[in-house]
Amino acid sequence: MKKLALLALAASLTACATANADSRTASASDKDWSAPKGADDRTPFASTYRPYPGRPTALVGATVYDGKGGRIDNGTVLLRDGKIVAAGDASLSTEGYDRIDGSGKFVTPGVIDIHSHLGDYPTPSVDAHSDGNEATSPMTPEVWAEHSVWPQDPGFTRALANGGVTSLQILPGSANLTGGRSVTLKNVPARTVQGMKFPGAPYGMKMACGENPKRVYGGKGRMPSTRMGNFAVNRQMWLDAKAYDGKKRDLGKETLKGVLAGDILVHNHCYRADEMALVMDMAKEMGYKVTAFHHAVEAYKIGDLLRENGVCSAIWADWYGFKMEAYDGILENAAFLRQADACVIIHSDDANGIQRLNQEAAKAQAAGRRAGIDIPDAEVIGWFTLNAARAMGIDGMTGSLEPGKMADVVLWNGDPLSVYSRPEKVWVDGALMFDAMDRKRRPVSDFELGQPGEGDVK
Amino acid sequence: MKALFAFAASTLALAATPALAQDVAMTGVTVATGDGSAPIENGAVVLRNGRVVYAGPAAGMPQTSVAAVEAPQGSWVTPGLFATVTSLGLWDVGAVSQSNDTNAGGSPFSAALDVAPAVNPASQHIAVHRAAGITRAASLMSSTGSIFQGQGAIIDLGSDGDAVVQPRAFQSVALGEAGARVAGGSRASAHALFRNALREAGQFGEDARIPGMESSQRDVRTGDDLPLDPRLSGENRERGTDVLLTRFDAAALVPVVRGEQKLFVMVERASDIRSVIALKREFPRLDLVLVGASEGWLVAPEIAAAGIPVIADGLDDLPASFEELASTQSNIGRMVKAGVKVAINAAAMENPRNLNQYAGNLVALTRIPGADGLSWGQAFAAISSVPADIVGMGSRAGVLTPGAVGDLVVWDGDPLELGSTPVSVYIDGVEQPLESHQSRLRDRYRDLDTSDMPKAYDW
Repeated sequence: MKKLALLALAASLTACATANADSRTASASDKDWSAPKGADDRTPFASTYRPYPGRPTALVGATVYDGKGGRIDNGTVLLRDGKIVAAGDASLSTEGYDRIDGSGKFVTPGVIDIHSHLGDYPTPSVDAHSDGNEATSPMTPEVWAEHSVWPQDPGFTRALANGGVTSLQILPGSANLTGGRSVTLKNVPARTVQGMKFPGAPYGMKMACGENPKRVYGGKGRMPSTRMGNFAVNRQMWLDAKAYDGKKRDLGKETLKGVLAGDILVHNHCYRADEMALVMDMAKEMGYKVTAFHHAVEAYKIGDLLRENGVCSAIWADWYGFKMEAYDGILENAAFLRQADACVIIHSDDANGIQRLNQEAAKAQAAGRRAGIDIPDAEVIGWFTLNAARAMGIDGMTGSLEPGKMADVVLWNGDPLSVYSRPEKVWVDGALMFDAMDRKRRPVSDFELGQPGEGDVK
Repeated sequence: MKALFAFAASTLALAATPALAQDVAMTGVTVATGDGSAPIENGAVVLRNGRVVYAGPAAGMPQTSVAAVEAPQGSWVTPGLFATVTSLGLWDVGAVSQSNDTNAGGSPFSAALDVAPAVNPASQHIAVHRAAGITRAASLMSSTGSIFQGQGAIIDLGSDGDAVVQPRAFQSVALGEAGARVAGGSRASAHALFRNALREAGQFGEDARIPGMESSQRDVRTGDDLPLDPRLSGENRERGTDVLLTRFDAAALVPVVRGEQKLFVMVERASDIRSVIALKREFPRLDLVLVGASEGWLVAPEIAAAGIPVIADGLDDLPASFEELASTQSNIGRMVKAGVKVAINAAAMENPRNLNQYAGNLVALTRIPGADGLSWGQAFAAISSVPADIVGMGSRAGVLTPGAVGDLVVWDGDPLELGSTPVSVYIDGVEQPLESHQSRLRDRYRDLDTSDMPKAYDW
């Protein structure tokens, strides 16, 4: 039976995240609010990810979608030293490359999920693993999702093998108005979360409007218990942040200052159109920018406003009805946004949905077609690759098959917008991390060793 | 097809008047009959008096006085999809508890609960899922204060206001982790509670004093020095002070014990499945159906040998709990290969309208080394004839067999493919409106022009 992890907010969590206001730690005097240095003058919790070895590889004869709207029939994609060397037609020389025959197959950039809770709500979904919502205060900009990520979450492996996911953003949950920092990961197994962190990715900050914060805190007899309370608490938080002078370290204020400086990107869970319009005005009042509204089931009602404000909508294809603010969800949401020239991203928010972002995009595309809005396949691929990368601030490094970008690539055994297709091979930074044709070329998490079904196709 | 759409508009306008079944003949379409066979290109379908008369190659179509409708190029015709297990008709907004009849944790009753009077044929979810090609469903509550979820109903998704086709079609019990929690904290408790309930039901009527106070308690001798409480022996004349089951709940379980009502058993773990299979030795008349069964592939031969059908989660592949450690998308393919009758569980997805997507995914697995999937025909049957058969409507629904209900869906392409959608839907031979709250919002927000009047006047 379907469980909505975000709705199941554990009320019994104990707050153990006390702010470590160690006076020896360096002040954020360099004003790099998003990555203040520690006493060792290093960025805390820095990425230790290094790409795994790969071979120079040429994918030839496949239909290539480059992620930025281009399509190349009988294309050639060259990978070397972890980077895309070229994506072009059959005339590209493949000398010095291992050739992989892609005829009848398709190549896309690695799939990117902008909204995941893998690691912070891992499986098995037991209470001891419920680490996604610090639901003890409506504002927790001081928490960082990376400190909750369990790298052994088997969900990462499914996202890779069945979904072709190579990068993903792990967000705190939506119990709080301000939920804390997100972390962007490479979908490569590691012993530590640092070993998964996407080098150079900016931080995000999770915010939420609507029903969840007012229900969680109203239910505890404290503010906010209404939508107007939501806004009052948020606005005061921003005013306090703007007044922060940085003389004494404050983890929450550092995050908020990073947002005000434009270094940390705001990912705002919000369903209703009218509420998104209010949030965009609050952002203008306080001097920050919303990068993307997540879930955004009513975005189609304000595609024009979203375009004018340059805010993306990260959405499902067909979720609706599970809560009051999701009542007006329609299948044409993505297509109507695209018609308004607003930015569309398909997201999962779900350990199962992340395995089928391509299919969700195809459903949204089909709904548009029935409503008379034809959107080319090559553009739809961008909904779960380059558009997600842009809103995560990593589009200069990944998200499309452009020379010099990370060689994050999926070879599909058929049209990725067909239900009958699956990832056949997945490369991350040019390293072959999944191969459906090689049973040992699939990750198995520590948790699954010695358990029934270990190493199964899943 | 224009004529058909005109007809749909008139049913909407006259929704209060029961519509009459149309006689329908379609040719030049791809026909999938739902029986597990491969689709038939250049096929034909004939409905008369609300029933299927013919489905097969166009060449074999019988002479009919009905004017044949030429469907658009590329159309497919299938039986209506049969969704089980669902909560269709039982809620409006999940998180708005007043609108949600799927949970009854505060009720004094459990097995006696009967969803039939709670089903709302005007539910938006019925309208939305009708437009997605689902014409019948088995609806059930998801939780009560007990291991029993009560009695589910078979409904049709027609617009005629008369949804319940068969009330009390099945009883449901949870015997895995969820059942253990509600039974007090252990699977042992869930099984004890279950056996106790069946024994009480078995004696219902013979013991008019249920749940009366005991008058005298006589121990049962078992041959050693340990007397056995008569309530554990299964032959007591005195019930003592048991309060685990109300009289009404015990009465509701009588048809289960007699095998006259199906019993859905919610379990996932391989060992739990074995424990359920073992119940047949103790209660041989039980008509069991496994629901969930994520680890079913580990015990597939035993399930097949016991002849127990399964409504299985289609794409679960995560160890979401300790009872699903071995879950894999190949579960259904492997069980079918072992000879188990398996339907795809509509409860194990975001909405039942994803059934065809899930079935399509099982077809995709046939191309992955080491995975087990289904053929197209098997996959389509797993969302049409097989679920219908499992809930007791075999050869009457979910299949285009002569005499079956006239539930028909015309699709604009392969019904398992992501881009396909129903263009018309018939239930009992009556063409159905495909409008809903969602389609009206779509039509209103097709553009964002409010220069003349607010959107509120656009309806």
